[in-house]
Amino acid sequence: MSLLEAQDVCKAFGGIQALDTCSISVAEGSITGLIGPNGSGKTTLFNVMTGYERVDSGSVRFQDRSITNATPDKVFRLGIGRTFQLTRVFPRLTVLENMHVAAQRSDLKGQLSRWSSTHEHRRALELLDFVGLTSLKDLPAGNLSYGQRKLLEFAFILVADPRVILLDEPAGGVNPTMLNYLTGRIRELNQRGVTFLVVEHNMEFVMGLCDKVMVMHRGTKIAEGTPEEVRANPAVLEAYLGD
Amino acid sequence: MKFFKAFGLLALLILVILFSSGLLLLVLALAFPQAFASGELTPVVISLIVAVTVVGWNLLAGENGSIKGVGLLILLAFAAAFPLLFPNGEVTSIAFFTLMFAAMVTGWNLLAGYSGYLSLGHVVYFGLGAYALALICEHWNVPAGYGIFLLVPVAGLIAAVIAIPAGWVALRVRRHAFIIVTIAMFFIGQLLAENLTNVTNGTTGLDLPFPLAWGGDFFNTPFYYAILLLLLLAIALSWWVRHSKYGLGLLAIRDDEDRARGLGVKTEISKLTAYVLAALIIGMAGAIWSYFIGAVYPMSAFDPTFDVTIALMGFLGGIGTISGPIVGALLLEPLRQTLAANAPDWYLVIYGGLLLLVLLLLPRGILPTLQERWQKYRALRQSERPSDDIVISSLPEQGKPANIT
Repeated sequence: MSLLEAQDVCKAFGGIQALDTCSISVAEGSITGLIGPNGSGKTTLFNVMTGYERVDSGSVRFQDRSITNATPDKVFRLGIGRTFQLTRVFPRLTVLENMHVAAQRSDLKGQLSRWSSTHEHRRALELLDFVGLTSLKDLPAGNLSYGQRKLLEFAFILVADPRVILLDEPAGGVNPTMLNYLTGRIRELNQRGVTFLVVEHNMEFVMGLCDKVMVMHRGTKIAEGTPEEVRANPAVLEAYLGD
Repeated sequence: MKFFKAFGLLALLILVILFSSGLLLLVLALAFPQAFASGELTPVVISLIVAVTVVGWNLLAGENGSIKGVGLLILLAFAAAFPLLFPNGEVTSIAFFTLMFAAMVTGWNLLAGYSGYLSLGHVVYFGLGAYALALICEHWNVPAGYGIFLLVPVAGLIAAVIAIPAGWVALRVRRHAFIIVTIAMFFIGQLLAENLTNVTNGTTGLDLPFPLAWGGDFFNTPFYYAILLLLLLAIALSWWVRHSKYGLGLLAIRDDEDRARGLGVKTEISKLTAYVLAALIIGMAGAIWSYFIGAVYPMSAFDPTFDVTIALMGFLGGIGTISGPIVGALLLEPLRQTLAANAPDWYLVIYGGLLLLVLLLLPRGILPTLQERWQKYRALRQSERPSDDIVISSLPEQGKPANIT
């Protein structure tokens, strides 16, 4: 069953057609990879699905409910978390405060209460432990290394218990030890029922992690299948190596 | 054990404050012997001591809540007793303006400090509050007396209600564009006050009821307590916002607005709320001010130098903190008034020079800079150097996953 899908989405920036009747569907409980050459529209597709860009035409559906052109805060509250290609944390807030930002509650009482006394506090600490940042919780996030920021960004989207997590190049600029660690965390969450959609250039990482891979080229999906199938697909080789 | 440690800290705090205040007094007495002897420097000296106390207490108390509470009570008692200790009219007038600016900067800081949206036009709500009170008094023939203070929240609310659509428009844009829009809105307010002559009486201005019963040195006292109450309200609001989930959302907006949106923060409504709360506090300050001055004119109620002053005080003390705005107001306003009265030719030069010096030495504001240095010093003394690869050493062992459900 498909949990998150984009149907015939088109998006142009000026004369550049970033997405051209692009349709993808992410199955519930899967770890789906999204690969493609630079400029093939992967990040734009992420932005469209998470409300950061509006579509020109087409639709986005989550749990059989339309979320086309919904605002980013609404998309997040429905259960879709995302990370950014260039990791984005709140540099002047402490690591723990960063965790609490994502634990926003829409009711007034939740907004008015002290953040350190809410019931999310324990969960924030547990998640920091889960990604191994507990010892840094009182440090400003701006002091963290790049890899640590990736882990923090990963941890704070978990606070809201998302059903599906969109990772934009999680392996970029991360050392192998950290990458293994991240892979372990992703698998573990997946076993607990969290669905993943991963954009990544590191083929080894994608092929090792994902159970299904989709390939994008010039704003549309050109291939789909298991890592082995995709690797053997001539259209994919053409897209990466051809003109 | 904990009690003794707290007691020791308190004793150290008092010692530091006594020492630094003594030093300041000595420097001032040596530099300006005549002005010092004649008592003209009293407001500057008092505010310096209070400012040093606030900063020192913030640094030493750190996260210790009970010491902070004690310090707050001492300051509150001093502020409440001030008109009795210094009944001189000139001194209480400067005290009124100092507290007024402290309240306004604290209100402004809710928006500028926490959400990062620097407004250089919030004095438009000062003018609106001032005019609102003047018009209410004129149309309802309100008699002079304490009753008018009860109308101050009404005037503040009028300013806040006007701030809702204005803020909604201004907050469509970010950063520099937002600053420009707020400045433009300020001048729109001033022009309206000048040109809507059938409502505002144009440049002739409006008079407010004059409380004849409050004669002599007592005249300032009711205004002093009214503005003190407003300052306390502003501080309470600032404290609550700083510690609430709502305020955390504002701080997240300051750091990365789009990221905050993607984490479920309702950015639009959060920013607008901060904008309106700032307008409410500043509007009430304007209302109390208009009653104190006794008349409102477009040029005095919509004074662009107030906008600049608020921003300067905020930056001097440190925006985004609770006590920073108060420290900024305490340091600048008495100094400005004393300089204006005693050295009218030189006052702007001295004032500007001091500001340059502070911007050069403490660019992020007094409180945040000192706090950071103090923490570094403490860390160095405990020789807790941060290790380079904390993450790897603190990773939980593989195969022993932490529980997250």
